[in-house]
Amino acid sequence: MSREILELSAAQAIGAIEARELGAEELFDFYRERAQRDAAANGEGLNCFTWVADESTGSDEPGMAVARPLAGVPLAVKDLFCTRDVPSQSGSRILEGYLPPYTATAVERLASAGAPLLAKTNQDEFAMGSSTENSAFGPTLNPWDRTRVPGGSSGGSAAAVAAGLAPWALGTDTGGSIRQPASLCGIVGLKPTYGSVSRYGMIAFASSLDQAGPLTRDVTDAALLLGQMVGRDACDATSLEFPESIATPSAERLDGVRLGVPRELRGDGSDVGIEPGVREAFERTLVLAEELGATLVEIELPHAPHALSAYYVLAPSEASSNLARFDGVRYGLRAADATDLLDMYTRTRRDGFGPEVKRRIMLGTYALSSGYYDAYYASAQRVRTKIAEDFRTAYEQVDLIATPTAPGVAFGLGEKTADPWAMYLSDYFTVPMSLAGIPAISIPCGLSTDHAGAGPGGAGLPVGLQIAGPAFSENRLLDVAHALERALGFDGSRARA
Amino acid sequence: MIDRDEVLHVARLARLALSEEEIAPMARELSAVLDHIAKIGELSLENVAPTSHVVELSGALRPDEPRPCLPREVALAQAPAVGGDGFLVPSPQA
Repeated sequence: MSREILELSAAQAIGAIEARELGAEELFDFYRERAQRDAAANGEGLNCFTWVADESTGSDEPGMAVARPLAGVPLAVKDLFCTRDVPSQSGSRILEGYLPPYTATAVERLASAGAPLLAKTNQDEFAMGSSTENSAFGPTLNPWDRTRVPGGSSGGSAAAVAAGLAPWALGTDTGGSIRQPASLCGIVGLKPTYGSVSRYGMIAFASSLDQAGPLTRDVTDAALLLGQMVGRDACDATSLEFPESIATPSAERLDGVRLGVPRELRGDGSDVGIEPGVREAFERTLVLAEELGATLVEIELPHAPHALSAYYVLAPSEASSNLARFDGVRYGLRAADATDLLDMYTRTRRDGFGPEVKRRIMLGTYALSSGYYDAYYASAQRVRTKIAEDFRTAYEQVDLIATPTAPGVAFGLGEKTADPWAMYLSDYFTVPMSLAGIPAISIPCGLSTDHAGAGPGGAGLPVGLQIAGPAFSENRLLDVAHALERALGFDGSRARA
Repeated sequence: MIDRDEVLHVARLARLALSEEEIAPMARELSAVLDHIAKIGELSLENVAPTSHVVELSGALRPDEPRPCLPREVALAQAPAVGGDGFLVPSPQA
C-alpha cells in the first residue's frame, strides 16, 4: 500500500480521499513519517526540511478536511513563509528559532482549503541563491543525484516533492527560485503573475519581484494549488483580484497555439553557455509541440540579454532596504556585549548574515548610494521598462513563449560557489519574466546524459522547459503545459525512493 | 573597481561590520559583479520611463477603522531583550 500512496499525485490522492479509499489522516501520517525520517537522517538524508510536524501539530480535524477542495493533502512550505508558532527562519542564522505571531496569507488560504502544514523546507538564505547551498542549515541534496544541488532558492521544496517526501509544496520566485529548482529536480514549478498571490507574511527579499507559487509533481496539481492561493488580500496593497477562476487543465492538443521561441534565449550567441543535453531536450520538445498542432514562431526579445544585469541592480537594492529590519532589536539574533547601539547593529548583522546575503546588501547599498544611483538603479529601472515592452510586442505575434528553464542540469555541490556570476547565470532564462511580472511555468521535458553516470542508474538528469505568457494567462499556460506533459510522458518516479 | 575604502564606506552605510578577512574578497567580488552589470551602460535609455513596479498603484486607500493589533506581550515575545513594556537596546552613546 505504501508504494501505492507514494505514487499518487496530489489530485489522485484527493480523489482517493473523496472516494473513501484513503483516509486524510493516513495520508498525513504517511508523509509525516517520510519527512521525519529525512529530517532525522542528518548527513544521510536530503536535508529538505527545517521543521516537520509532529503528531500533535498534524492535520487538525482531518475528517473535516475531506469536505474541503484539497481534501487534507498535506503541504510543505518554504521556510520564509511566516507560520504562527512554527520556526520561520528564511534559511538564516539571524532568524534562528524565530516563531512568528501570525501566518502568511498564502499558507492560511491553503490550510483553509484543506492543505494542512506538513513541514517547512530548506532554502538559500533570504532566497538569495540558485543552489540551496547558502542556507544556515546546510545544503539540500538533489534526489536524482546526491552529489548535486537541487537548485534554489526553493531547493528544499523542490527536492521534497521530487523525492516523494511531500505531496506538494509552496515556494517563492524572485528571479527563478521556483522554476529553476523545479527544472533541476524534474518537477513542475509555477511563478504566477506578479500580484496574483498575496505576499503578506513572506519574509521579503525584493518586494517588486517576490511571488509565491506551487511546486508539484504534475501540471494538474499546480493548477489545484494555485487556484486556492490567488486573490486580493487587504494585507498586501500590491495584490490583485485574479480575473478568472483557475481551471483544471484538460488540453491534449495545441492546435492554434502560436508558440514564440526567442532568438536571444535559445542559446545561440548569448553570453550563457547552454549544455548540449539541455538544448537537445528543448529542441525535441519544440518538435513535439508542432506535432501537437502548435505553430512555432521565431521572435526577438532584444533586451533579454541585459535582464540579469538589471536584476542584479534592482533585486539587491530592494534587498538592502528590506533587510535593514534585521537589527537585533525586535526578534532574532543579537550580538552580545555591544558597546553601544551602532556596535550592536553592525555586529549582529555581521554574525547573523551569510556571505551571499552580505554581498547583496553591499551591492544594493552601493547601487543606491549617492553618486551611483543614476548609473545603476535608475538605468536598471529603464532596462526593466524595455524588457516589459519586448514581451508586450512579442505577445502581439504569439500566445506563449518557450525557452529552456536553466542553461544546465543540476550541478555539483560546491561547483559554482566560488564565482557569484557563474551562479547568477543559472537564472539567465527566468529573470526576464520576473522583471516583466509575467507568469511562467517549468515542466520536465526529458533527461540529459551530458554528465556520464549521473542520475538513477546513469539514466541522466532532468531538463526543464519554461513556458511564459502575458499577465494573468495562467489558465492558458497550464493547459499548454498539460498537453505537453501528456505527450512527453516524463517519468519522475525514479527520484522517489 | 571597488577598493578597500569604498567597501568600508558602503559597509558603514549598510550597518554591517566586516571582519578583516572579509574585506578583500568583498572588494574583488563586488568589482566582478559590477563589471557584468556595467553592460547596461551600453544601452541607449534616454526618454525611457523607469519601472519601479509592474503593478500600477496610486495611493491605496481604505477607511480608517480601529482594529485590534498584536497584544504587547506577543509583540515582545521574540525580542532578544525586554525592559518594562518595550524593546531594550544598548545606549546610542557608550
